[in-house]
Amino acid sequence: MEVPFHLTAGSTSLRRVHNKATMSSGGATGAVQPANEPSTDAHPTVITAENLTKTYGDVAAVDGISFSVPAGESFGLLGPNGAGKSTTMKMIGGVTRRTSGALHIMGLDPDSHGPEVRAHLGVVPQQDNLDEELRVRDNLLVYGRYFGLPMSYLKPKADELLEFAQLTDKAKSKVDALSGGMKRRLTIARSLINEPRILLLDEPTTGLDPQARHILWDRLFRLKEQGVTLILTTHYMDEAEQLCDRLIVVDKGRIMAEGSPAQLIREHSTREVVELRFGSERNTTIASELQGIGERLEVLPDRVLIYAHDGESALEQVASRGLRPLTSLVRRSSLEDVFLRLTGRSLVD
Amino acid sequence: MRAHSPQIAAARARRWGAFYYAEQVLRVMKGYGWSIIMYSVGHPVAYLFAMGVGLATLVDAQGTEAFGGVGYVTFVAPALLVSASVMTATNEFTFPVMDGFKWRRTYYGPHASPLTPQQIAAGHIMAVTLRLLLQSAVYFAAILLFGAAPGGWGWASILVATLAGLSFGLPLMAYSASITEDKGQFALVMRFIVMPLFLFSGTFFPLDSLPLAVRWVGWISPIWHGTELGRVFSYGYQQPPLLTVLHAVVLVALAVLGWFLTRRQFAARMGR
Repeated sequence: MEVPFHLTAGSTSLRRVHNKATMSSGGATGAVQPANEPSTDAHPTVITAENLTKTYGDVAAVDGISFSVPAGESFGLLGPNGAGKSTTMKMIGGVTRRTSGALHIMGLDPDSHGPEVRAHLGVVPQQDNLDEELRVRDNLLVYGRYFGLPMSYLKPKADELLEFAQLTDKAKSKVDALSGGMKRRLTIARSLINEPRILLLDEPTTGLDPQARHILWDRLFRLKEQGVTLILTTHYMDEAEQLCDRLIVVDKGRIMAEGSPAQLIREHSTREVVELRFGSERNTTIASELQGIGERLEVLPDRVLIYAHDGESALEQVASRGLRPLTSLVRRSSLEDVFLRLTGRSLVD
Repeated sequence: MRAHSPQIAAARARRWGAFYYAEQVLRVMKGYGWSIIMYSVGHPVAYLFAMGVGLATLVDAQGTEAFGGVGYVTFVAPALLVSASVMTATNEFTFPVMDGFKWRRTYYGPHASPLTPQQIAAGHIMAVTLRLLLQSAVYFAAILLFGAAPGGWGWASILVATLAGLSFGLPLMAYSASITEDKGQFALVMRFIVMPLFLFSGTFFPLDSLPLAVRWVGWISPIWHGTELGRVFSYGYQQPPLLTVLHAVVLVALAVLGWFLTRRQFAARMGR
């Protein structure tokens, strides 16, 4: 597993070690390795979870989930708040003990080999926990010391990571002078100080503005291109579609579905969706007049969704029935629709 | 194997993890280094000047029998030294602990690294212990300048003050680590625990000059035990040897109990 990699700001000099997926505007398509499939030598399994469970009192935060992740894959846990994503991440990260089930990270049980497991990982937590009283560069140096790394290694490495995180000119700034996006990038840089082969990212872009999110995604893409295994949780379906080769949809501590974003959309939704808004008073009542159009109908408080293979044609049928929505939109199906189908709820509920 | 291989990192962290975290705490302290220096120098100079030049002039004019035959500033200096250490320990084991767990969650960064919660607690304690030692050494140097430590073992009161700081600070650290919601508990600790202990621990007058009904405040106070022990070293205060041993045992016992509770609390809270 000791694949050396070097971070450079320019994409041209990046090494492509395991680039398994190519992205399209409609979502990711690419190699899909089903969970629990025996790994090949080229992509040894780095994480395996079998019937993983975590309970707090009577509440099962994670309720018997199983999955495995091969090296170099970008693996996502998609689900709403409270689905058990962060608890799963904490168990993988070796900071929370599981209640039952089996879990191995690089062949090690995190409950019995916590320091050894954590030494393999880079972790980007949901909430920033940077040392705000230290300067930007010092945050990296101090964090590297926790891995027993000498200053002769850490100083050039910190400079390299600051360049990667586009924070070189902020090296001597205090952390509290950074914007939210910069803090996230610094947290990612910090997580890379030990050159981890597995990076855990818990809601990496929550709370960031669109530009900051795109910058962050770009940095994560580069890591992925270098063969770093990315494990990320998110409740943003566009983020999951952009970054994940494969994901599990989690709700109430259980896996609802598993596959690549494109595969999940194909299996659980139609190609296109027509979104109609008739006004919050009329959305429910008008649904009966839409019956028979498309494959399926979902009535939400603020809009009606018609699932159809040909959205334009479905919209024409709506018009031909004399129905005049306030707004209409034809779009491609997304993971949001998959989640809606699987749970009957929206991701942002 | 590379210098930064996970195996080496884990092995080093298992061995030296507490020191790594202590380094972090010391770096953060460096950020408010001037404040620490000003406190370490300013506090003893101000107190000793006030006591030695001001109050002592009046008190000593009444005779020194009440203070065991030594001048007032000599009597009060070990108590001030111990009290300063306890107050610093109070500051270092309250707000920064809350910061680590709740406000800025700074403990959770190293918690994701190979360090264990117990090492994080130990590192924090080691850094504060170093601060207490240095601060007490500076304080003792000021006491020497005021000629308020005539005994040959006065330097040992530096260790006594540090121990007293830990004996009060470590149980407090365990309590700080148990707080999940800030309701001003630390202000209450300062006002209703630290200040009464400071005033009624035989600091400015011998404990037995207090009514019997309130002497228990001194008996349970690490400041009193530390002060009495400090006086033995500082100017040869006469007391039964067994009592001297008892003071030391109480201080060590409180520090060990606090250390045990802190470790347990850190592990329980971070492992949730």
